[in-house]
Amino acid sequence: MDMSFTPEDQAFRAEVRRFLRDRLPEGLADKGRLHQELTKAEYEEWHATLGERGWLAGNWPVEFGGAGWTAIQRHIFEEESALAHAPRVVPFGLAMLGPVLQKFGSKEQQDRFLPRILNGQDWWCQGYSEPGAGSDLASVKTTAVRDGDHYVVNGQKTWTTLGQHANWIFCLVRTDPAAKAQEGISFLLIDMASPGITVRPIVLLEGTPEVNEVFFDDVRVPVENLVGEENKGWTYAKYLLTHERTNIAGVGFATAALASLKRIARAQVANGRPLSENPLFAARMAAVEIDLMAMSTTNLRMLAQAAAGQAPGAESSMLKLKGTQIRQAINDLTRRAVGPWALAFPSEAIAGASDDAPPGPPDAAAATRAYLNNRKLSIYGGSNEIQRGIIAKSLLGL
Amino acid sequence: MDFAFTEEQTMLGESLARTLDRGAAAAALFDLGAGAALLPEDAGGFGGTGPDILMVFRTLGRAVAVTPLLDGVVLGAGILAAVGELDLAEAAATGAARIAVALDEPGQRFDGTVRTAAQDGLLTGEKTIVAGAEDATHLIVLATDGLYLVIAPADGLAMRGYPLMDGGRAAEVILTGTPARRIGDASLLDAPRAAAILALCADTLGVMERAVELTTDYLRTRKQFGRPIGSFQAIQHRMADLLTEVEQARSAVWNLAGNLDTPDRDRHVAATKSLVGRVALYVAEETIQLHGGIGMTEEYELAPMARRLIAADARFGDSDHHLERFIALSAG
Repeated sequence: MDMSFTPEDQAFRAEVRRFLRDRLPEGLADKGRLHQELTKAEYEEWHATLGERGWLAGNWPVEFGGAGWTAIQRHIFEEESALAHAPRVVPFGLAMLGPVLQKFGSKEQQDRFLPRILNGQDWWCQGYSEPGAGSDLASVKTTAVRDGDHYVVNGQKTWTTLGQHANWIFCLVRTDPAAKAQEGISFLLIDMASPGITVRPIVLLEGTPEVNEVFFDDVRVPVENLVGEENKGWTYAKYLLTHERTNIAGVGFATAALASLKRIARAQVANGRPLSENPLFAARMAAVEIDLMAMSTTNLRMLAQAAAGQAPGAESSMLKLKGTQIRQAINDLTRRAVGPWALAFPSEAIAGASDDAPPGPPDAAAATRAYLNNRKLSIYGGSNEIQRGIIAKSLLGL
Repeated sequence: MDFAFTEEQTMLGESLARTLDRGAAAAALFDLGAGAALLPEDAGGFGGTGPDILMVFRTLGRAVAVTPLLDGVVLGAGILAAVGELDLAEAAATGAARIAVALDEPGQRFDGTVRTAAQDGLLTGEKTIVAGAEDATHLIVLATDGLYLVIAPADGLAMRGYPLMDGGRAAEVILTGTPARRIGDASLLDAPRAAAILALCADTLGVMERAVELTTDYLRTRKQFGRPIGSFQAIQHRMADLLTEVEQARSAVWNLAGNLDTPDRDRHVAATKSLVGRVALYVAEETIQLHGGIGMTEEYELAPMARRLIAADARFGDSDHHLERFIALSAG
C-alpha cells in the first residue's frame, strides 16, 4: 500500500497550482469565495484562459483537442480549482455532451460541434428533466415527430441550469410513444434560436435565476441533429450521466468550504472567545472534518479503481450521497457561524434592493446564499433518495 | 391538568386566522385586538399570558404573516409596560405607535458587552439587526447603564436598512449624540425577551405545521414511477419522523407558554428555543428535500416558509447558544 500520489501527479498538482496563482483573476476568485453569481462573460473569460493553456477539456482525448488527463489528473485539477475558488468549467458541453458525441456522434457531428465547444462559440445546456420527469427521468413526454427531413418538437424541459446563456440544448425527446418508457427516447441537438423556443427563468430560494424552464412549440429540428440511432437515446443519456458523476464527491469544494468555515469561526466571538474554541462548535467542525478526510480517501480509492480500468459503478452513488451530505453540513455550520447576521437576506430578486452592503461580517451574505443554494446538492444529479435506491439495489442486491 | 385554550383565546385565534386568510394588512390585525391580546390588563391590554402569545403567534405562523407584533408589541410594548411607560405601551399594542428594540451590537454574536453609552441624555453607539427600525416611531435602546427611549426621527440617528430572511426588514442603527430618555434598568428586559422568544417559537411552530401539511399534500399528488411518491415507504418513514419532531416542538412551546411566569422560566426559554431551533432547521431542510426541485423555487409557497424557519434559529440566540444556556442554568 502506498497512499501517496506519484511524483508525476505531484508535479502536475504543482503546475496547476502555479497556473491558478498566475492566471486566475483576483476578482473572479473573490466572487467564487463569496458565492456570487458569475456573468456569462466571466465564465467565458475563464474558459478562454483554460483553453489557451490546453486545459479546458481535461477529460477529452487528445485526438479531439482535449488534454487527455487521467482520472487522477482530472481530480487534481478540479480539487485545486475549487481550493483557489476558480469558476467551475461549465459542464454541459465539455463534460456531458462532448463525451457523448465522441462515442456516439457521427463524424459530421463531431467535426461540427466539438471545435465550437472548445473555442467557446457554443454554450450548451441540458434538456433532460421535465415537470413530470424528475427522479423518474425515463418518463419524459416532450415529443419529436418526424416530418420529412425534420423533427417537430413539442413539450417542456425544466431545471435547465444556466440555460439563459445557452445557444444550444441537447434534449431527451420521445420519438416512439408506443414503446416502453426507456425504449422510445431519442437524443436530439436543438439550436436555441429556433422559432418556437421560449426560455423562462426560475428564481431559487436564495434569489438567483440559476435554472430555467424551456418550452418547445412546434420547433423544427433537422434530422441530422439526431445523435446515434432513433429510440436509442436512453443509452446515450445513461452514458452522459456517468460523466455527470465524475467529481460528484466535490472534495475540492468541501475542502475550500471547510477552510472558509474555520477562518470565519476564528474571527467570530462567542462568550468572549473565538467561536473556533467553543467546545460545542469545535466538536461540530471536527466531526465534519473527520468525515471529509474519510470521504476524500473513498474518492481516491474509487479513482484508483478507475485508473486501473474498472468502470465506476454504483459506488459513485455513495460518493454522491456522502459528498453532498458533507458539503451541506459545512454550509450549515458556516451559516451557524455567522450567527444573527445569517438573518439578513441580500436578495434583490426576491426582497428588493438594500440601501448598502449587508450587515455583519463580510462572509455573512455568502454563508446564507451558499446554505440556501446548496440545498440543491441532494436534489440534482439524481436525488439522494434515488442514490440510496441504487446502492440498495446494485450493491446490496435488495 | 388542562392543556386547552380559553374560549376567548380560541375565538381570537379563529378570527385572526380568517382575517389572515383574506390577506389583511397589519392595521386589521390591530383592529381585531391581536396587539392588545399580547399585553396584560394593567398595561392596557386584555391578555399577555403565555397561552395568549402562543395562540396569536402560532396563528400568524400558520399564515406565514409578516407583522410588527413580535418586535413592536411583545418585545417593544412589553418592555414599555415593564418600565411603567403605560401610555406608550398601549399605543404600541393598538398600532398607534411603532416600536423598534435595539439590543445587539456589531461583533457581538449572541452575547457580549454593550458599548452604546449615554452622556448628558445623548446616546452614542451602533446597533445591529434592529427589526422594524426604519418605520418605527420610537426606538428602545439598550445602553451600558440601562434602557433608553429615542423618538424617531432624531438628530444623530442614522439607519441602513435591508431585508431579512423571515420576510421583514431590519436596519443597522447608528447613534451619534442622539437625544434619548432613560426609562429603566436593563434587567427589566428579561421578561419581555422571554415572551418574545415564546412568540418566535410559537410562530415557528405554526410555520412548521404548514410546511408539513404542504409537503404531505405534495407527496399525495406528485407521481413518479407511476405512483404517488408518498406511497414509497422510505418517504413515509421520513414524514413520520418529521411529524414526530414537530410534535416535540409543539410540547416545547407549550412548556414555555406554561412557565412564562414561573421561577423556572429561563430554563424553559433555553430548552424551548434550543429544541425549536433544531427542529425548525430539520423541517426546513427535509420539506425542501421531500419536494425535490420545486421546493427550491421562489414561486412555490414553501420557499418563504423554509427561509422563515431557518431565520428563526438565528434570532435571540441559536440552538447551540441556548443549549449552552440550558447547561449553565441546570448546573448545581
